[in-house]
Amino acid sequence: MTVIEFKQVHFTYPGEGKESLCGIDLAIEAGSFVAVLGHNGSGKSTLAKHMNAILTPTEGRVLVEGIDTAEEARLLDVRRRVGMVFQNPDNQIVANVVEDDVAFAPENLGVPPEEIRARVDAALKQVGMYELRQHAPHLLSGGQKQRVAIAGVLAMQPDIIVLDEPTAMLDPQGREEVIRTITRLCRENGMTVVLITHHMDECVGADRLVVMSEGRIVADGSPAAVFSQVELMEREGLSVPETTRLLYDLRADGLSLPLDALDTAACADAVAACLSRHSERSEES
Amino acid sequence: MLKDITLGQYFPGDTPVHRLDPRTKIVLLIVFIVALFSAVGWWSYGLVLAVTIAVMILGHITPKNIFKGLKPMLFIIVLTALLNIFYTSGTPVVEGWIITWEGIGRSVQMILRIVLLIACTFLLTYTTSPIALTDGLEKLMNPLKKIRVPVHEMTLMMSMALRFIPTLIEETDKIMSAQKARGADFETGSLVRRAKALLPILVPLFVSSFRRADELAVAMESRCYHGGEGRTRMKQMKLSRADVVAFILGALFLAAVFVLRHFGL
Repeated sequence: MTVIEFKQVHFTYPGEGKESLCGIDLAIEAGSFVAVLGHNGSGKSTLAKHMNAILTPTEGRVLVEGIDTAEEARLLDVRRRVGMVFQNPDNQIVANVVEDDVAFAPENLGVPPEEIRARVDAALKQVGMYELRQHAPHLLSGGQKQRVAIAGVLAMQPDIIVLDEPTAMLDPQGREEVIRTITRLCRENGMTVVLITHHMDECVGADRLVVMSEGRIVADGSPAAVFSQVELMEREGLSVPETTRLLYDLRADGLSLPLDALDTAACADAVAACLSRHSERSEES
Repeated sequence: MLKDITLGQYFPGDTPVHRLDPRTKIVLLIVFIVALFSAVGWWSYGLVLAVTIAVMILGHITPKNIFKGLKPMLFIIVLTALLNIFYTSGTPVVEGWIITWEGIGRSVQMILRIVLLIACTFLLTYTTSPIALTDGLEKLMNPLKKIRVPVHEMTLMMSMALRFIPTLIEETDKIMSAQKARGADFETGSLVRRAKALLPILVPLFVSSFRRADELAVAMESRCYHGGEGRTRMKQMKLSRADVVAFILGALFLAAVFVLRHFGL
């Protein structure tokens, strides 16, 4: 089932001559983990902002579970379905206490107090921040703040969660916390996750990888399939994971290796298998 | 250095005073101020002082905490006291002196009035968290919504400002360190020079605050914020028996002060 659908979407920021999105066609399946990759200015954030009607297309349509995001009267319906987490954790936390912040969205939706309490506790447990619910947000680490932000979105009980470079301002440990949390949300809770990023390694665990450049989708497929297009990725100024890089270079030296062994173990196996074949052959001759 | 500033001056605790509903405390503060300004004689002043001390003991607030807050007001207190000593006519303390017994009495009463006025507001902010305070204010001012006073927006702004104080302090610290690393000098020189040195801090702080405000607005909208209309709250304020008792005591206190006033005591 398609939950978000872009139909020939064009978008130009007011006062700018150049289109930021030039004819995007994209359908996102329910329960999938989609990563959107691109360098700065590729239009990936603009794409994300179309998913919960922060921006609406200048041309074309965006449908969220069948609702047109341009329909003003159904704005809240769209935003309740698509939770959005932003880059800077400090600028999206509104309250002085963790649990009050998580309660913000359901309070806005007019949910009864007892149910808000239940939703807040559930959301905080899902991201592993329940023990720190009474803390002041500014005393938390970056990764913890971002998990609070995710909980704040989960309390709306959305079907889709869109994360716009959620790890850009975090240290490696915080990045891992956040990626682990969202991967679990997708795999265990069946939530549709759209992750906007410019870190290759965060895309490896995704079901689908969309690469954007100059407002267009230039590659779309499984991470293994997309990363094996090494020439394309390099043309777009994006590096590929170390494993793919190694396999690509070895292939260039004439070894017969697959390009789609993404994680380190698979890559090591592939190289070992190739080497043993190689040595067998040299023994024969 | 800047991190030491605690705004709102809240001392967390679990005393009967802390547990009272913020609305009760705000209303009782007003009652107390009315009583304080209705006091005329020594008896009524004594009663107001006794009540203040009783609340301090109940709320575990030490005189030291109160005096710390009084320090910035010292000048005004001394000035009022001196003016009252020298400009009240009556029987002189010593024949031919300008200082009168009435003058001394009046200045002591004026000092008491100012000190108690400040002390009682501190008792409120020391025992009530800033968030509870803004929530209480919103609830109390709710009727004003009928005459189109933007109560929800005002209290949201207040709590938001409180939320961002630590963030902005942290940012100021960062900018100052960056400027210091490049040779800026904030500590020496004349007042004008030091004020000028602050300008390179204020400009980036201002710019980043606007960016923050913009991002925050988008984040709030993404979480379905659409004004105060139809909003519910997770934490409901409920008046407990303690609040009723506090109200009764407050009413009795006010009545007692009025009775004393009637008799000029």
